[in-house]
Amino acid sequence: MIAAAWTTESHSARETIALGRRIGRAARPGDVAALVGELGSGKTRLAKGMAEGLGAASAREVTSPSFVICHEYLGGRIPFYHLDAYRLRGEADLVAIGSDEILAGDGLSALEWADRAAGALPPDHLEVRLEVTGRDARRLTFTPHGAQSERLLEGVRSGG
Amino acid sequence: MKILGIETSCDETCAAVVADGRRVLSNVVASQTDVHRKYGGVVPEIASRAHLEALVPVVGEALEQAGAGIDAVAVVHRPGLIGSLLLGVTAAKTLAWLHDLPLVGINHVESHIYAACLEREALPFPCVGLVVSGGHTSLYTCDGPRSQTLLGATTDDAAGEAFDKVASILGLPYPGGPSIDSASERGSPKAVHFSRPWLGPDSFDFSFSGVKTAVLYHVRGYGAGAKTRRTDLTEQEIADVAASFQECVVDVLVTKTLRAAEVCGLDRIIVGGGVAANRRLRARFEQEAAAAGLDLILPPMPYCTDNAAMVAGLAYHYVQGGGVAGLDLEARA
Repeated sequence: MIAAAWTTESHSARETIALGRRIGRAARPGDVAALVGELGSGKTRLAKGMAEGLGAASAREVTSPSFVICHEYLGGRIPFYHLDAYRLRGEADLVAIGSDEILAGDGLSALEWADRAAGALPPDHLEVRLEVTGRDARRLTFTPHGAQSERLLEGVRSGG
Repeated sequence: MKILGIETSCDETCAAVVADGRRVLSNVVASQTDVHRKYGGVVPEIASRAHLEALVPVVGEALEQAGAGIDAVAVVHRPGLIGSLLLGVTAAKTLAWLHDLPLVGINHVESHIYAACLEREALPFPCVGLVVSGGHTSLYTCDGPRSQTLLGATTDDAAGEAFDKVASILGLPYPGGPSIDSASERGSPKAVHFSRPWLGPDSFDFSFSGVKTAVLYHVRGYGAGAKTRRTDLTEQEIADVAASFQECVVDVLVTKTLRAAEVCGLDRIIVGGGVAANRRLRARFEQEAAAAGLDLILPPMPYCTDNAAMVAGLAYHYVQGGGVAGLDLEARA
């Protein structure tokens, strides 16, 4: 069963980072955020906030993992794994770098371009869809896919 | 002293032998670009397998060209694709253990700066070093081959990554860097103004994600239904957008690097990394460094893109200065 989705608007990159911080603050080990949205929709911004919310890295330090596919930030409350399927062909390629172990692991994971590697996601994950609604405006739709991600979403909605 | 270098951090399988940190005796590169072009991107499993297949012949050829007698083995152990790094590190450890040779672990980004030291009489330090590639955009002050201080780096997309993504927005083929470079030849760099991400007057950081988004908006518009308003660009329009985007990135890279030299009181600039092969970037650096009276070192093309000569060269200074690793050397993404 899929619980109710939550939709919210961001009016700037700064607000998107702030939303990410709420995810970081609410996260528990093994939580997975699947980020879906076109180029420039704010996926990396959201991940920057997640790292900050965990105290794992500053927003400035979190850069796009498109090139090396996975960045790890181990300095926070729990580890932050920032993955990116942009350059991949599909889930088999993500699994090949050990994504199973990372996603089921001891930290919070964010997977950019999750729709390109959907089969590599654990069944219970928080899907975050980002849509461009204006020059700086984005619509974010959070959809939980199980009990763990419902709890995460609840934490995000209550401000982390 | 002859050092064997191995580099497998991303798409290329590389091995080289360098004498005394400077003289390149062999420099062998097996590229996977054709494989990745076929799939439109890097495929880690295929990348690892291709490294595995290429590694032994590439190392063999580098050794054969250089002649016998290796004194140490060096390998890039960070950063990069973890599976690919592991193959190079395992090969290097095995060779070091079998032949009882010192092992050196090298940072890929630092070795891109060292590329400028190869085949030169004197070491070009102190200087400002810019490393600009698919995975990195970093500005350093460099006091010596092992002494680098980071001034600033990308806060989102590396320059090479922005080139790749903008090429994809414009429908240009992979890899994006060379595609944008050639398309730009036919376009006007002033056709579209993309605002330059300076990030404040004193910042040495870089941010190219917003420029990428600006290109996207220019091509498709934004807001609800943006995708359906996607413009069918003419060849000329594509060339104009490519040239204008490239000019924006080049402007920021050149300006910040020259300002770093001025602020830090240094009169020499080194540019390394795959994006240093971009013709417009090279031309602008040459013009503006000359105008500012700065000494500019742009390594020859084979030492800009990933190679193992820069790895073997840098390793010499680790062996000499006490920076040898143990067989527990780990690969780190």
